[in-house]
Amino acid sequence: MDYRLELRNVSKSFGEVQALENINFQLGRNEIVGLLGDNGAGKSTLIKILTGYHQPTSGEILFNGQKIDRLTVPKARQLGVETVYQERALAELQTLWRNIFLGRELCNRWGFLDIKKMRDETHRLMSQSMGFTSTAVSPESHVGTFSGGEKQGVAIVRALFFDAEIIILDEPTMGLSLKETAKLVNFVRGIKEAGKSAIFIDHNVVHVYNVADRIVVIDRGRVAGEFLTKEISLDTLMEKMIRVAESGSLD
Amino acid sequence: MSSTTEEKAPEVSQTYKETFSFRRFARANGTQLGILGVFLALWLIFIVTAPDTFLKPQIYYAFMSTIPFFAIMAIPLTIVVVAGEMDLSFPSIMAMGMVAFLLTYQATVSIDSIPLRVLISVIAALLTGLLIGWLNGFIVVKFGIPSLVATIGTQFLWRGAVLVLSQGKSGTLSYVKESFLYPTLVGKIGGVFPMQMIWLILIAILGWVLLNRHKFGAHIYLIGDNVDSAELMGVNTKRVRIQAFMLMGLVAAFAGVVASFHVVYFWPSLGEGYLMRTLASVFLGGTSVFGGTGTILGTFLGAFIIGAIEAATVAVGLTGFWTQFIYGLIIVLSVIMHTYLRKRLK
Repeated sequence: MDYRLELRNVSKSFGEVQALENINFQLGRNEIVGLLGDNGAGKSTLIKILTGYHQPTSGEILFNGQKIDRLTVPKARQLGVETVYQERALAELQTLWRNIFLGRELCNRWGFLDIKKMRDETHRLMSQSMGFTSTAVSPESHVGTFSGGEKQGVAIVRALFFDAEIIILDEPTMGLSLKETAKLVNFVRGIKEAGKSAIFIDHNVVHVYNVADRIVVIDRGRVAGEFLTKEISLDTLMEKMIRVAESGSLD
Repeated sequence: MSSTTEEKAPEVSQTYKETFSFRRFARANGTQLGILGVFLALWLIFIVTAPDTFLKPQIYYAFMSTIPFFAIMAIPLTIVVVAGEMDLSFPSIMAMGMVAFLLTYQATVSIDSIPLRVLISVIAALLTGLLIGWLNGFIVVKFGIPSLVATIGTQFLWRGAVLVLSQGKSGTLSYVKESFLYPTLVGKIGGVFPMQMIWLILIAILGWVLLNRHKFGAHIYLIGDNVDSAELMGVNTKRVRIQAFMLMGLVAAFAGVVASFHVVYFWPSLGEGYLMRTLASVFLGGTSVFGGTGTILGTFLGAFIIGAIEAATVAVGLTGFWTQFIYGLIIVLSVIMHTYLRKRLK
């Protein structure tokens, strides 16, 4: 089977704490995988291994069937992974255009910034994808003045701009209004239609169930189970989630 | 780009043009306008109260002769502080660079040409500054020690090294006058305009370009603003911070050379009077101690305010005892102003 992304027997420990234990995880082509699990189950650690932020203690990471040694954040981005982090990863005192191009500034070979192009692109993204209609917002606006939904919009558009093949969304609906959440769910469907892959993490089982092709349940650092959404009903999934949180077993 | 929203994209021109609005301009440049206001107001006060001094060019030549020694260090210090770090060791780096200069000069007696020996010695001083800066950065980044604490330590360490290596002895540098570097660094254009001012302007422009038009500066702002975000988005926060400390070390060593050439003398206490003035210039200029914001122009004006107060106090007719009091007053009031502006202009 040809996977976009695969983890083989990945473990991660922070000192004494075993955050992940022998995780096997696959993300297929044009597949949306929902990642569910209680707080502290290891979802965010798993994500940060995929994005190159944490190095696994042991195990292998494969992109398109090729093993990658020492995955770093820039390397993961080169491989087409873009992430909308739970903590949003914005620099709030800085302008919008600096945030859109955070860590990926457009510059010439001597490292001088192409500020005009970054502003233009930001302006285009703002009007076409972020839905900023207010004239008070410009590429020069400081991100710290934005609402929660607007900030999330920035984080999402940033992930999209760079032609990502794999989009990881870590708790993207946190702090969003109902309308903003609906828009986000539509956005995740858009990823699927565009032929790309995504990993979607959320506390809300309903959101995940509605967009994911497959659901992976993580509990106490292990994969507790996997389901295809077409083969399981939402009610059964909910029951299993509660059972796993209480007993550590799905059945 | 995938189509993410059903609504049709509105018609937008590809290029973005910002219409000028004073409000937006004030928002974007609030702290710089604030410090410019303070600068002009103080200048006006000086001219009105001591016209004999402040309407003649001599006082300005004097300022341009003495202020650059600490003002050039305030430029890289601004970059370090914007990155959310601090460096208190630069006065010792000034002196340590000069020790490297002297040791190299002594070690090259076999070379006949004095100008060449001076040139090699200056390069040795600059490399020493770079190396000490790297070590500061390495200690901060590798061990995760707050830079304020780490550089208090290295400040003593390198001052101690200077005293040990020089045996506490001072000495003349009269031979540097034979080198082309002497007029290049501290000469006077037309007999009046000090070269060190040219160097300050050059370093300020370079600092501005680096901070505002280069990837390095973009990363400095991001790191100072939110180091976790920068790290998550793939900025090499460790390397960039080490580079900032190296820049500080390099420029401090350069300032040590310029200040020593100016008096044609080496003092083991070189730099000791510069710590507070340099720091004050940066904070007076509106750079936030919390990192993420700060400007080179602000620091530049801040340095001239600091440098002018001493002369102005006396020219205005107060005794020299007032100097520190007025320093303190202006610094405290300006920092309050900056904090207020930052909150209001968000």
